[in-house]
Amino acid sequence: METASQIVQYLLSGLSTGAIYALIGLGFAVIYNATGIINFAQGEFVMLGGMLTLFFLTDMNLPLVPAVMLAIFSSTAVGTAFERLAIRPLRNATPLSLVIITIGASILIRGQAMLLWGKDTHALPPFSGSDPLEIAGATILPQHLWIFAVTIVIIVASRLFFTYSIAGKAMRACAYNPRAAGLVGIDVRKMVLFSFVISSAIGSMAGIIVAPLTMTSYDVGILLGLKGFCAAIIGGMSSGLGTVIGGLLLGVLESLGAGLISASYKDAIAFVVLLVILFVRPEGVFKKTETERV
Amino acid sequence: MSGIRCRVFFSLLFVVLTACPALGAPPVKIGALFSITGPASFLGEPERNTAQMVVDEINKAGGIKGRTLELVTYDTQGDATKAVQAATRLIKEDKVVAIIGPSTTGDTMAVIPLVEKAQIPLVSCAAGIKITEPVKKWVFKTAQNDSLAVARIYEQLKKRKISKIAVLTVSDSFGASGREQLTAQARSHGIQIVTDETYGPKDTDMTAQLTKIRGTQAQAIVCWGTNPGPAIIARNVKQLGLNIPLYMSHGVSSKKFIELAGDASEGIILPSGRVLVANLLPNSDPQKKNLQKFVKDYQARYKAEGDHFGGHAWDAVMLLKGAIERGGDSPAAIRDQLEQTRNFSGIGGIFNYSAQDHAGLTMDAFVLVEVKKKGWALVK
Repeated sequence: METASQIVQYLLSGLSTGAIYALIGLGFAVIYNATGIINFAQGEFVMLGGMLTLFFLTDMNLPLVPAVMLAIFSSTAVGTAFERLAIRPLRNATPLSLVIITIGASILIRGQAMLLWGKDTHALPPFSGSDPLEIAGATILPQHLWIFAVTIVIIVASRLFFTYSIAGKAMRACAYNPRAAGLVGIDVRKMVLFSFVISSAIGSMAGIIVAPLTMTSYDVGILLGLKGFCAAIIGGMSSGLGTVIGGLLLGVLESLGAGLISASYKDAIAFVVLLVILFVRPEGVFKKTETERV
Repeated sequence: MSGIRCRVFFSLLFVVLTACPALGAPPVKIGALFSITGPASFLGEPERNTAQMVVDEINKAGGIKGRTLELVTYDTQGDATKAVQAATRLIKEDKVVAIIGPSTTGDTMAVIPLVEKAQIPLVSCAAGIKITEPVKKWVFKTAQNDSLAVARIYEQLKKRKISKIAVLTVSDSFGASGREQLTAQARSHGIQIVTDETYGPKDTDMTAQLTKIRGTQAQAIVCWGTNPGPAIIARNVKQLGLNIPLYMSHGVSSKKFIELAGDASEGIILPSGRVLVANLLPNSDPQKKNLQKFVKDYQARYKAEGDHFGGHAWDAVMLLKGAIERGGDSPAAIRDQLEQTRNFSGIGGIFNYSAQDHAGLTMDAFVLVEVKKKGWALVK
């Protein structure tokens, strides 16, 4: 009985961490699907979400809701500026140089955050109390429910957006073949910008809902970004369910690994999974292999 | 010809003399290596601030025997390679007579061979026990050994009749050193470690490890880490409803920990240097005066709370000051005088260096404090 409730606890903890990885992974996937580049600055938007909320809450003395709104808005503005200033002028560059630019941007954003807000770690107050809730002998916090709820809303919304809206379909078209998309009248550059807007908004939201649990500081983006990247790889860089399941899987594996084997292998587990998938199924676990017609 | 040369010489001399109005005795150059940026910046930054503050204070009060101190500080970024480069520069180019720092045990171990070879005294601000054990001729340190903190905790556990504990340490050098000491001293204190868990310095959820601990016979948890990990652990413990005492290390003995852990910090006990509870100490405490002065000065200058990390640098500068006052400014004399320091009331404790002991502190350097109503209370 004791072990059963232990397992439930591992699963719940894993799922809640996994949901965060999934959200960050979605940010990677959205940009990858529109531009073909991997945006390594994605983790910094997660950091910006948390740090900006804190800034608006404590330095500007705003209530929680407007602070969160403003934080998402400002991180999205940073994402937009990043695309306009660093990605668009170099549209003809190879994906590799663009990827390197995103790494540069992440270092720049992190450095700026450090200069602005210092190197301290900060905690956000939980959105709705910190009294634990019991589920089948395991406990979670109200904040975990927020994480699950926000993740589900974002997944459903992005699913609807990409399948049914004109803009979503246009973005998918750009990903598939930017040239052809341009020929049928889709403004490819606008779609690229749009993908940065969406992914920085998703990233900052992830950063905000996670900050009351995991704390935030100028450098939280590195590891969270990497884990999100893992999730996206497992999911085959799909901007839908694949990445979400990838994130959840990663979170659960980590938690079970830490609980049943040893916590020393926690990060190793994530990266072994990543490597195995890159070797065995580089197109992701859930993606059907595409056949290319010659 | 010689007349012209002579005139040129004197006019040059005149220019030099007027250009440097304070050309009395040259300042005594002291080097400092701190991890001001990078992962260990929480150590290096207060240390740098404090060292500069103390040096300025000494100079304002007329220096040491009329000679001012000059502090040459380099940032090691917590990187052993950079620490070695900076130490070489201090010794070869800046020609300092003594070095304070580095902030971390890793950096310190890396520069020890250099200072031993160059015969320059080093007063490290790192805590690792291997820095001064075995004793190295030119190396001293001010930070309290982890072993003293562990002894303090174990002593209290024994008083509470707790014999089975779970150990949860961070997987970096600080956690590894704590873990080593916790395991090494357990037997002699009659304590059994029923489970030994670790977590990563950047981990964001430790419920898995704590769930595992909940399934054991542990009567208390001892956690060894620096912020933010222990704060997350405190919250996770509360989330899981674990009703056993939680002990932390001196690595989180700052207001920051209470701020991060929030309500979950209530009742947590940890060993700390006296600086945290300066105002709670009895007036008979010999350290009280210096502690209060340090806290007040730091607050006035940096608008932040002086912590025990800064205290390590305070002790290092003041120990050097004492040595230079007594024996002059040659590296060898400074070393000899440092070794003879007795009953020096610093921030970290009362220092008594000797030929066999270059760490200089006893278990009394730590007091146990408990978090009560978002503040600290002394544990009797």
